[in-house]
Amino acid sequence: MKNPASGDPARGTIGEFASKNAIILVLVGLILVIGIVRPSFLNPENLVNILRIASVRSIIALGVGGILITRGTDLSAGRTVGFAAVIAASLSQRSDYASKLFQDLPQLPLLVPVLAALGVGLLIGLLNGAIVAFLKVPPFISTLGMMVAVYGAVSLYVDRPPRGAQPIGGLREDFTNLGTGDTLSIPNLILIAGFVTLVIWILLNKTRFGKNIYAIGGNPEAATVSGVSIWKNTLVVYAIGGLLYGLAGALLAARTGGATNNYGNSYELDAIAAAVIGGVSTSGGIGTVGGILAGVLIFEVLNNGLVVLGVSAYWQQIVKGIIIVTAVAIDIQKYVRKR
Amino acid sequence: MNDSVLAVEMRGISKEFPGVKALDDVSLVVRPGTVHALMGENGAGKSTLMKCLFGIYRPDKGEILVGGRKVSFPGAKQALDSGISMIHQELHPIPHMSVMENIWLGRYPVRNFGVIKLVNASKMLRETKALFQDLRIEIDPRSPVRELSVSKIQSMEMAKAVSYDARVIIMEKPTSSLTEHEVILLFEIIRKLKNEGRAVIYISHKMEEILEIADEVTIMRDGRRVGTYPARELTTDLIINRMVGRDLTHRFPPRSNVPGEVVLSIQELTSANPRSFRDVSFELRKGEILGLGGLVGAQRTELVESIFGLRALKSGSIKIRGKEARIQNSIQAKTQRLALLTEDRRTTGIFPVLSVYDNTLIANISRYIGKFGLLRMRQGTGDVQKSIDLLRVKTPNQTTRIESLSGGNQQKVIFARWLLTEPDILILDEPTRGIDVGAKYEIYTIIADLAQQGKSIIMISSEMPELLGMSDRILVMCEGRLTGILEGSKASQERIMELATQFMD
Repeated sequence: MKNPASGDPARGTIGEFASKNAIILVLVGLILVIGIVRPSFLNPENLVNILRIASVRSIIALGVGGILITRGTDLSAGRTVGFAAVIAASLSQRSDYASKLFQDLPQLPLLVPVLAALGVGLLIGLLNGAIVAFLKVPPFISTLGMMVAVYGAVSLYVDRPPRGAQPIGGLREDFTNLGTGDTLSIPNLILIAGFVTLVIWILLNKTRFGKNIYAIGGNPEAATVSGVSIWKNTLVVYAIGGLLYGLAGALLAARTGGATNNYGNSYELDAIAAAVIGGVSTSGGIGTVGGILAGVLIFEVLNNGLVVLGVSAYWQQIVKGIIIVTAVAIDIQKYVRKR
Repeated sequence: MNDSVLAVEMRGISKEFPGVKALDDVSLVVRPGTVHALMGENGAGKSTLMKCLFGIYRPDKGEILVGGRKVSFPGAKQALDSGISMIHQELHPIPHMSVMENIWLGRYPVRNFGVIKLVNASKMLRETKALFQDLRIEIDPRSPVRELSVSKIQSMEMAKAVSYDARVIIMEKPTSSLTEHEVILLFEIIRKLKNEGRAVIYISHKMEEILEIADEVTIMRDGRRVGTYPARELTTDLIINRMVGRDLTHRFPPRSNVPGEVVLSIQELTSANPRSFRDVSFELRKGEILGLGGLVGAQRTELVESIFGLRALKSGSIKIRGKEARIQNSIQAKTQRLALLTEDRRTTGIFPVLSVYDNTLIANISRYIGKFGLLRMRQGTGDVQKSIDLLRVKTPNQTTRIESLSGGNQQKVIFARWLLTEPDILILDEPTRGIDVGAKYEIYTIIADLAQQGKSIIMISSEMPELLGMSDRILVMCEGRLTGILEGSKASQERIMELATQFMD
């Protein structure tokens, strides 16, 4: 520490490389092990399928990740995805489909269902942000309330007495194409997720907003003294989260060709787990886009891999739970003071 | 206990952390019935040595004897059981619990009903009262700790340490947040403990206190023991000399700043909080260093934070460069070219997990916004490097997390942060608190240079020599009121203390 400005951070031993890129090594190791035990796992089709699912999940995780960096959390993410999915689906049903939610709805331009999904996400995000920023309700509680209320809202939206809540199907092909089609033989979902990732990466690393949210998460009191506006940045980070859930909801409906009021259930927990596995600190100030993506991929490789390996659904849950805690336990050792 | 048996003997203790030799063959002998002071710059190894004694760290080499018996504590609990207790610098009481619940935490007296154990509150109350009476502490054992002043909490911790029937009590910087009067009370308790044959190990930076209370002084430097001396043979200069290993003939840099026209004028400023300051008026000139003295509780921090817009005002006016200024938050303060280095670096200064780069630029980030709202990072890197060179910040590189730097270097980074905002008026709240002697001089040099460049500076300090050595004029506050303004050349410690205690009984 005494000699100034001599150390090159890039230079290091294999051990250092391993500890810095542990998450990537875990991902590669996981793919190799599953691939050796079940070579069918490595089929291009299967891998692309994993990437498709991971695309939607990564968009959600990026939204939650930004919020976690500010020491916040968002439990309403999953239900917001579900609400957005239902709204997008309800506005893109084929005009000749028998049980449409809105019987007299004309064929709308493709942009309308997508924008509606984004809009509802943004609205919920802004509401979350305002409750946290102005009413000072702890994020865990405010988004917990939002989670419960949004589920009520989406159920109400699809409720058609006397038959009750209806699944929404019969989506137009131009809409589902967003989730299932390719452009230049690359799946659209991957292109969209890649674009979103790029935007969020720039936002976090290259803009004032990014610097501000790391500062707020790193030390909110010092941020206040330094002239960083806590309320503005909090509002924006939740709003961006909501916008991303909205997009993810639309894409989810497009990929699966429908939506129900139960869509997105517990996605927020998967997203938080993926972000945390990817090195985002729940005590704020720490987290990278690359880490979040790696976390999501590990999660989805594991999901798919356990199925391919023929592990029972119940055991899958147990394994995933163990992986989450283990990953964080290993990561946290870096910060635990050595005796 | 036989007086010839040593209370503590540590022989040849070494302790290494990755990359740092924290302790190198250190020995320490503490006699029962004495106060033994442990001194040294930050990082000299005082705390590490005490943590080895208290069982928090295990030494790599060496042996520890307590009351003549060889010991090896696997943890703090065993140390406590063997009659050693420690009062940490940062107190961590549980605020919602009562005083007595805090004292007996983890060892409540219980009534047994078979397997069910119920806390015996009346016994706890009785024992706490007896303990307090013995130490002449006047606190209601049932009051919740959150209602106590810092000094009362300090007394409580002291009682807690005694309640373990400790033969050796380690105190880490116990007076850092006490007023003069409270220090006197604390010393009375320490003398009482001493007369009962207990040994007190006292870690502090405050020379005057050490010379008053200690019997013996062990001085450490860079993880080694420099020597142990009877306190009566020492003087402040001798201690400093041995701590830093060089003569500090000049504790303060020469100054050549010349105060000019008035830049800040405060009139009848009164806080919105009725228990804080009122009717404070003063002027600050261009290129002036204005000291702000007073005891803890004089509301100096509250005053400057109100000027900076972090706290609410009831009445009064702030004029900056002759114009009425309404400052309601730190963003407006920045546009008025004000800067504030806060008192508590850890809670309101640094962003521990962020890099030196981010820590330097955060208050000024808007200035780097370029095309499409993207930051001009290269320009930022250049400016950060300039600051590092100018202020001589010792850091491996710009991406190093600030938490791994020493206190003095962290403080320099915060200076750099505010200097980049190009302020006219810098408010420095205890700018050298917790910084070792060598780095202090560098901070003083920075302050003197800034004044020389025509920046105006308000410096809160609780260290008299610092106030006297650095200020053109000194404001003194007592209990929220301004009690006097002294010309730097005519001020003395006695005069400041007189004004600082004007309204006290």
